[in-house]
Amino acid sequence: MNWDRIATILRKELRQVFREPRMRAMVIIPPVMQLIIFGLAVNLDVENARIAWMDQDRSPASRELEAALGNSRYFQIVARPSTDSEAQQLLDSGRVLGIVRVGVGFSEDLARGRTAPVQILMDGTNSNDTNIVSAYLTRIVGGLGRTGQGKLRTESRAWFNAELKSRNYFIPGVVMNIITLITLMLTAMAIVREKELGTMEQLMVTPIRPIELMLGKTIPFAIIGLLDMALAVTTALIVFHVPFRGTVAMLFGASCVFLLSTLGAGLFLSTVSRTQQQALMSSFFFFTPAFMLSGFTFPIRNMPEVVQWVTYVNPLRYFIEVLRGVFLKGVGVEVLWPQLLAMGTIGLVVLLLSVNRFQKRLD
Amino acid sequence: MKLRRVGAMARKEWLHIVRDPRSLGMALMVPLLMLILFGYALSLDVDQIPTLIVDQDATPTSRALCAKFEGSRYFAIRGVDPSTTRVDGLIDRGDIILAVVIPTGFERDINRRAQPGVQLLLDASDSNTASIAINYAEALVGQWAMGGFAPLTEARVRVWCNEDLKSRNYIIPGLIAVILVIIAALLTSLTIAREWENGSMEQLLSTPLRPAEIVLGKLAAYFAFGAIDVVTSVLVSVLVFDVPLRGNLIFLAFTSGLFLFGALSWGVFLSAVARTQLLAYQMGMLTSFLPAFLLSGFIYSIDGMPRPIQIVTHAFPARYFIAILKALYLKGEGLHLLWVEVLFLAAYSAVIFVAATRKVGTKVA
Repeated sequence: MNWDRIATILRKELRQVFREPRMRAMVIIPPVMQLIIFGLAVNLDVENARIAWMDQDRSPASRELEAALGNSRYFQIVARPSTDSEAQQLLDSGRVLGIVRVGVGFSEDLARGRTAPVQILMDGTNSNDTNIVSAYLTRIVGGLGRTGQGKLRTESRAWFNAELKSRNYFIPGVVMNIITLITLMLTAMAIVREKELGTMEQLMVTPIRPIELMLGKTIPFAIIGLLDMALAVTTALIVFHVPFRGTVAMLFGASCVFLLSTLGAGLFLSTVSRTQQQALMSSFFFFTPAFMLSGFTFPIRNMPEVVQWVTYVNPLRYFIEVLRGVFLKGVGVEVLWPQLLAMGTIGLVVLLLSVNRFQKRLD
Repeated sequence: MKLRRVGAMARKEWLHIVRDPRSLGMALMVPLLMLILFGYALSLDVDQIPTLIVDQDATPTSRALCAKFEGSRYFAIRGVDPSTTRVDGLIDRGDIILAVVIPTGFERDINRRAQPGVQLLLDASDSNTASIAINYAEALVGQWAMGGFAPLTEARVRVWCNEDLKSRNYIIPGLIAVILVIIAALLTSLTIAREWENGSMEQLLSTPLRPAEIVLGKLAAYFAFGAIDVVTSVLVSVLVFDVPLRGNLIFLAFTSGLFLFGALSWGVFLSAVARTQLLAYQMGMLTSFLPAFLLSGFIYSIDGMPRPIQIVTHAFPARYFIAILKALYLKGEGLHLLWVEVLFLAAYSAVIFVAATRKVGTKVA
């Protein structure tokens, strides 16, 4: 193995990426844009849910409930329909997520010590919001007018993400998304483009050996990937104030281990694709399920057993756990070693397989 | 404009797709893959929250509360410990999300009618699961404390449109828009860029084909694929995943066609701008796939976004199409409530088609 030859290829690749202004922009702009769009848009928290208030009792008790709902940061009362058809219209048109309706006799029931029902009608289209909103509504309504007697205090303490912001949970995943996409695609494309344009043959007649060519073709993208990640992490910290409780060394080390898998997968895709179009589509086909099954938005715990088993060979699953651990929990190798070990093993296997295939192709 | 020339162009494009079995396979497999993923594997429903109970009291009363947690389908009890020593480690490793701590003196306090406290310790890194877990746990403890007494005020919740509150019913209708955008971004954005990269654009130039004919011909071939994908998605969603489809099928076909036409035109436009396949693909992903996924209300509701982003979402057709799809599937609404969305889709498709034709025209000339 000759390091000079590797360095030559490395320089050539970097020059190819950074030569064209549009490619240069592609390495910098999408990661930052993705992070910002994701950071702002990806949010499962419910705040200021629009509800309608329908009061047919018009008593002090019902007004107390109205005030309790209005003061909660989870709701805003945007309409006060007086008839059922008006309420129905509000719900159908999607202007409100739910209607809280207090019927005639509410205060009378309360005064006589009977259970006073409050009717809540919800639009279930967005099941996640509906779940959260109806849970909050139930809690507020249930807490009304209850005296201290027989009441049980619950005290909850939320660790790692005390403000309960889903953004803090998602952004580490976005960082992973960026580094995976860029390294996977650039690696796959770099080799296939040479094949498509016929310059691969020219490389073959040079004294470079397959392993050197491969290293020269992967190291530059690892560097770009790490740079993009640094860019993304900086943006996350400055723009979104995501907590970063771990160490930079842990982040860097884990990313290098993770890159083994994406670079290996990129190489593999390049050996099975003849055209750039095929390489792009294959990388999409490979990336989408890996990303969806990583636990980024959809908890792995919710998946059917069989699918959960499949996720054990998904390096993204481990990397996202590592990133969340580093960002939110501030844990290091002592807790995250199983994930690192799994990522390293998967990465090495993928890389060795691809190298093997790659060499055969070249001979 | 001559239909015969458009036809010839469409045939050429069709041959391109059919000759490359992998592209063909992917054009047909992407919808199935996405449907299976979202229909079968992915769910936002929160139940079976991994929970550790720390029972420091160890009395019949505290055990009764434990049993209540064990009986609930929302919590998966990973163990009952006498002390909190294991809590930190389990939460750090992500083995549990919630720890319920029942303090010493719990039974005594209840019997004395004092107010004993139950402590909930949460790994809140996943805030969505955490806030739902808090609500469920508090409701459970509250109900248990009420014992036989009837509550004073009681919420009676009724849910419309998606009675079982399945996240699948919420996500799959919007998935059709995402699938169409993928087909458009993945296939169309590459086609003109490829002709440009291979130099075959010059050959097209020397034929009497006009820009509008080139674009229409290209669109026609991919439109056929998109249509197949829509039919597949609708059939799978209804037959395999039992998503209720309450609206009018003709209206669904019409709006899908409108959206598909716009998305494909956008793909052609991008590939004429980008000139290289890698760039066209990247731009396609960034300007159509990501917005359709993130800024459309597909999974993440638009109401939860900051106001400037809410305004930005109006610029993407996927937002309107997904609103139409969800209303069609779950509410069964028709044109009378959705005409604004339909109008926007039509306007968008027309504008982008003209822009794509212009762009291809300037390249050819």
